Amino acid sequence: MTHPDDTPAEIVVKRFLYVNRKAPHGTVYALEELEMVLIAAMFEQDVHLAFLDDGVFQIKKNQKPAELALKDFSKTYGALEDYGVEKIYVEKESIEERGLTPDDFIIPTTVLRRDDMSALMESMDVVLTA
Amino acid sequence: MLHLVNKSPFERTNLQACLNRAVPGSAILLMEDAVYASLRGTSQSDLVAGAVNAYDFFVLAPDLAIRGLDASQVLQGVEPVDYGGFVDLTIDRQTVQSWL
Repeated sequence: MTHPDDTPAEIVVKRFLYVNRKAPHGTVYALEELEMVLIAAMFEQDVHLAFLDDGVFQIKKNQKPAELALKDFSKTYGALEDYGVEKIYVEKESIEERGLTPDDFIIPTTVLRRDDMSALMESMDVVLTA
Repeated sequence: MLHLVNKSPFERTNLQACLNRAVPGSAILLMEDAVYASLRGTSQSDLVAGAVNAYDFFVLAPDLAIRGLDASQVLQGVEPVDYGGFVDLTIDRQTVQSWL
Protein backbone atom coordinates (compact mmCIF):
# COMPACT_ATOMS: atom_id res chain seq x y z
CA MET A 1 0.00 0.00 0.00
CA THR A 2 1.39 3.43 -0.89
CA HIS A 3 1.25 6.44 1.36
CA PRO A 4 1.21 9.85 -0.32
CA ASP A 5 3.51 11.46 2.24
CA ASP A 6 5.91 8.49 2.32
CA THR A 7 5.47 7.99 6.06
CA PRO A 8 5.94 4.38 7.14
CA ALA A 9 2.73 2.39 7.35
CA GLU A 10 1.51 1.51 10.82
CA ILE A 11 2.29 -2.09 11.65
CA VAL A 12 -0.91 -4.10 11.56
CA VAL A 13 -0.79 -6.61 14.40
CA LYS A 14 -2.76 -9.76 13.78
CA ARG A 15 -3.42 -12.75 15.97
CA PHE A 16 -1.42 -15.63 14.52
CA LEU A 17 -1.80 -19.21 15.66
CA TYR A 18 0.78 -21.77 14.62
CA VAL A 19 -0.65 -25.24 15.07
CA ASN A 20 1.93 -28.01 15.34
CA ARG A 21 0.53 -31.48 14.65
CA LYS A 22 3.53 -33.50 13.49
CA ALA A 23 6.30 -35.30 15.32
CA PRO A 24 9.63 -33.50 15.05
CA HIS A 25 12.21 -35.53 13.10
CA GLY A 26 10.40 -37.80 10.63
CA THR A 27 9.52 -34.89 8.37
CA VAL A 28 10.69 -31.30 8.03
CA TYR A 29 7.29 -29.77 8.91
CA ALA A 30 8.07 -29.05 12.57
CA LEU A 31 11.33 -27.24 11.81
CA GLU A 32 9.74 -25.23 9.00
CA GLU A 33 6.82 -24.21 11.21
CA LEU A 34 9.25 -23.05 13.88
CA GLU A 35 11.05 -20.90 11.30
CA MET A 36 7.71 -19.29 10.41
CA VAL A 37 7.03 -18.59 14.08
CA LEU A 38 10.33 -16.73 14.42
CA ILE A 39 9.60 -14.67 11.30
CA ALA A 40 6.16 -13.66 12.57
CA ALA A 41 7.67 -12.73 15.93
CA MET A 42 10.26 -10.51 14.23
CA PHE A 43 7.40 -8.68 12.52
CA GLU A 44 5.94 -8.00 15.97
CA GLN A 45 2.82 -10.04 15.43
CA ASP A 46 0.67 -11.48 18.22
CA VAL A 47 2.04 -15.00 17.98
CA HIS A 48 0.48 -18.05 19.59
CA LEU A 49 1.71 -21.66 19.38
CA ALA A 50 -0.41 -24.74 19.84
CA PHE A 51 0.82 -28.30 20.06
CA LEU A 52 -1.65 -31.08 19.42
CA ASP A 53 -1.71 -34.64 18.10
CA ASP A 54 1.89 -35.81 17.42
CA GLY A 55 3.01 -32.18 17.54
CA VAL A 56 3.32 -32.50 21.32
CA PHE A 57 6.43 -34.65 20.74
CA GLN A 58 8.21 -31.59 19.34
CA ILE A 59 8.71 -30.15 22.82
CA LYS A 60 9.65 -33.40 24.57
CA LYS A 61 12.71 -33.07 26.81
CA ASN A 62 15.99 -34.90 26.16
CA GLN A 63 15.78 -35.17 22.38
CA LYS A 64 19.11 -36.22 20.86
CA PRO A 65 18.69 -35.81 17.09
CA ALA A 66 22.41 -35.03 16.71
CA GLU A 67 23.04 -38.74 17.15
CA LEU A 68 21.50 -39.15 13.69
CA ALA A 69 23.21 -36.01 12.38
CA LEU A 70 19.91 -34.13 12.54
CA LYS A 71 19.52 -30.56 13.72
CA ASP A 72 18.49 -30.25 17.37
CA PHE A 73 15.92 -27.48 16.95
CA SER A 74 14.19 -28.44 20.18
CA LYS A 75 16.58 -25.95 21.82
CA THR A 76 15.04 -23.18 19.74
CA TYR A 77 11.69 -23.55 21.50
CA GLY A 78 13.47 -22.48 24.67
CA ALA A 79 14.55 -19.27 22.93
CA LEU A 80 11.03 -18.29 21.89
CA GLU A 81 10.61 -16.28 25.07
CA ASP A 82 13.47 -14.03 23.91
CA TYR A 83 11.45 -13.32 20.77
CA GLY A 84 8.43 -12.36 22.85
CA VAL A 85 6.61 -15.60 22.08
CA GLU A 86 5.12 -16.74 25.37
CA LYS A 87 1.60 -17.85 24.43
CA ILE A 88 2.22 -21.57 24.14
CA TYR A 89 -0.57 -24.09 24.47
CA VAL A 90 -0.79 -27.88 24.48
CA GLU A 91 -3.95 -29.93 24.14
CA LYS A 92 -4.76 -32.02 27.20
CA GLU A 93 -6.25 -34.92 25.23
CA SER A 94 -3.23 -35.13 22.92
CA ILE A 95 -0.68 -35.32 25.74
CA GLU A 96 -2.74 -37.84 27.72
CA GLU A 97 -3.14 -40.08 24.67
CA ARG A 98 0.65 -40.15 24.40
CA GLY A 99 1.42 -40.73 28.07
CA LEU A 100 2.96 -37.28 28.53
CA THR A 101 2.55 -34.58 31.18
CA PRO A 102 3.61 -30.91 31.11
CA ASP A 103 6.71 -31.94 33.10
CA ASP A 104 7.94 -33.76 29.99
CA PHE A 105 8.20 -30.50 28.04
CA ILE A 106 11.25 -28.28 27.59
CA ILE A 107 9.17 -25.10 27.84
CA PRO A 108 6.36 -23.88 30.09
CA THR A 109 2.99 -24.51 28.47
CA THR A 110 -0.65 -23.80 29.13
CA VAL A 111 -2.74 -26.97 28.97
CA LEU A 112 -6.08 -26.55 27.20
CA ARG A 113 -8.95 -28.98 26.91
CA ARG A 114 -9.97 -29.75 23.33
CA ASP A 115 -13.00 -27.43 23.50
CA ASP A 116 -10.84 -24.56 24.66
CA MET A 117 -8.34 -25.31 21.89
CA SER A 118 -11.20 -25.00 19.39
CA ALA A 119 -12.17 -21.65 20.89
CA LEU A 120 -8.56 -20.46 20.68
CA MET A 121 -8.45 -21.37 16.99
CA GLU A 122 -11.69 -19.49 16.35
CA SER A 123 -10.31 -16.34 17.99
CA MET A 124 -7.41 -16.00 15.50
CA ASP A 125 -6.94 -13.88 12.39
CA VAL A 126 -4.53 -16.35 10.83
CA VAL A 127 -4.08 -20.08 11.51
CA LEU A 128 -1.10 -21.92 10.06
CA THR A 129 -1.05 -25.66 10.64
CA ALA A 130 1.74 -28.12 9.95
CA MET B 1 -13.65 -20.82 9.79
CA LEU B 2 -13.05 -22.81 6.61
CA HIS B 3 -11.18 -26.06 7.25
CA LEU B 4 -9.26 -27.65 4.38
CA VAL B 5 -8.63 -31.38 4.47
CA ASN B 6 -6.54 -32.97 1.72
CA LYS B 7 -5.57 -36.48 2.88
CA SER B 8 -7.39 -39.76 2.30
CA PRO B 9 -9.21 -41.02 5.41
CA PHE B 10 -8.07 -44.55 4.49
CA GLU B 11 -4.43 -43.62 5.01
CA ARG B 12 -4.33 -40.64 7.36
CA THR B 13 -6.25 -39.23 10.32
CA ASN B 14 -6.33 -35.58 9.21
CA LEU B 15 -10.10 -35.51 8.77
CA GLN B 16 -10.66 -37.00 12.23
CA ALA B 17 -8.22 -34.46 13.69
CA CYS B 18 -10.19 -31.67 12.02
CA LEU B 19 -13.56 -33.01 13.21
CA ASN B 20 -12.19 -33.26 16.75
CA ARG B 21 -11.56 -29.50 16.87
CA ALA B 22 -13.81 -27.79 14.31
CA VAL B 23 -16.53 -25.72 15.94
CA PRO B 24 -20.07 -26.66 14.82
CA GLY B 25 -21.20 -24.50 11.91
CA SER B 26 -17.72 -24.42 10.39
CA ALA B 27 -17.19 -25.19 6.72
CA ILE B 28 -15.07 -28.21 5.80
CA LEU B 29 -13.79 -28.57 2.23
CA LEU B 30 -12.62 -32.03 1.18
CA MET B 31 -9.99 -31.68 -1.54
CA GLU B 32 -7.19 -33.65 -3.20
CA ASP B 33 -7.12 -37.18 -1.69
CA ALA B 34 -9.66 -36.19 0.96
CA VAL B 35 -12.39 -36.36 -1.70
CA TYR B 36 -12.44 -40.11 -0.97
CA ALA B 37 -13.97 -39.20 2.42
CA SER B 38 -17.01 -37.74 0.64
CA LEU B 39 -18.05 -41.03 -1.00
CA ARG B 40 -21.07 -43.15 -0.13
CA GLY B 41 -20.63 -46.83 0.63
CA THR B 42 -17.07 -46.93 1.94
CA SER B 43 -15.70 -48.07 5.30
CA GLN B 44 -14.92 -44.41 6.04
CA SER B 45 -18.26 -42.89 4.94
CA ASP B 46 -19.50 -42.60 8.52
CA LEU B 47 -16.84 -40.00 9.34
CA VAL B 48 -18.57 -37.44 7.14
CA ALA B 49 -22.10 -38.90 7.28
CA GLY B 50 -22.04 -38.62 11.06
CA ALA B 51 -21.02 -34.99 10.94
CA VAL B 52 -23.08 -33.46 8.12
CA ASN B 53 -25.57 -31.98 10.58
CA ALA B 54 -22.84 -30.22 12.55
CA TYR B 55 -20.82 -28.78 9.65
CA ASP B 56 -21.19 -27.41 6.15
CA PHE B 57 -19.34 -29.98 4.02
CA PHE B 58 -18.02 -29.26 0.56
CA VAL B 59 -16.03 -31.35 -1.89
CA LEU B 60 -13.85 -29.93 -4.66
CA ALA B 61 -15.46 -31.24 -7.85
CA PRO B 62 -12.35 -31.02 -10.07
CA ASP B 63 -10.54 -33.27 -7.57
CA LEU B 64 -13.39 -35.78 -7.83
CA ALA B 65 -13.29 -35.66 -11.63
CA ILE B 66 -9.58 -36.37 -11.99
CA ARG B 67 -10.06 -39.46 -9.80
CA GLY B 68 -12.88 -40.83 -11.98
CA LEU B 69 -15.54 -39.81 -9.49
CA ASP B 70 -18.52 -37.49 -9.72
CA ALA B 71 -21.12 -35.75 -7.58
CA SER B 72 -23.60 -38.65 -7.89
CA GLN B 73 -21.33 -40.78 -5.67
CA VAL B 74 -21.06 -38.21 -2.91
CA LEU B 75 -22.77 -38.46 0.48
CA GLN B 76 -25.95 -36.50 1.08
CA GLY B 77 -25.14 -33.19 2.74
CA VAL B 78 -21.83 -32.72 0.94
CA GLU B 79 -21.97 -29.94 -1.65
CA PRO B 80 -19.66 -30.09 -4.67
CA VAL B 81 -17.93 -26.80 -5.49
CA ASP B 82 -15.67 -25.70 -8.33
CA TYR B 83 -12.58 -23.50 -7.93
CA GLY B 84 -14.75 -20.37 -7.95
CA GLY B 85 -16.81 -21.84 -5.12
CA PHE B 86 -13.59 -22.56 -3.24
CA VAL B 87 -12.58 -18.92 -3.55
CA ASP B 88 -16.02 -17.79 -2.38
CA LEU B 89 -15.70 -20.00 0.70
CA THR B 90 -12.34 -18.51 1.64
CA ILE B 91 -13.92 -15.05 1.47
CA ASP B 92 -17.17 -15.90 3.26
CA ARG B 93 -15.49 -17.80 6.11
CA GLN B 94 -12.57 -15.38 6.51
CA THR B 95 -10.18 -17.63 8.43
CA VAL B 96 -8.79 -20.74 6.77
CA GLN B 97 -7.16 -23.66 8.53
CA SER B 98 -5.39 -26.32 6.52
CA TRP B 99 -5.09 -29.73 8.22
CA LEU B 100 -1.86 -30.87 6.55
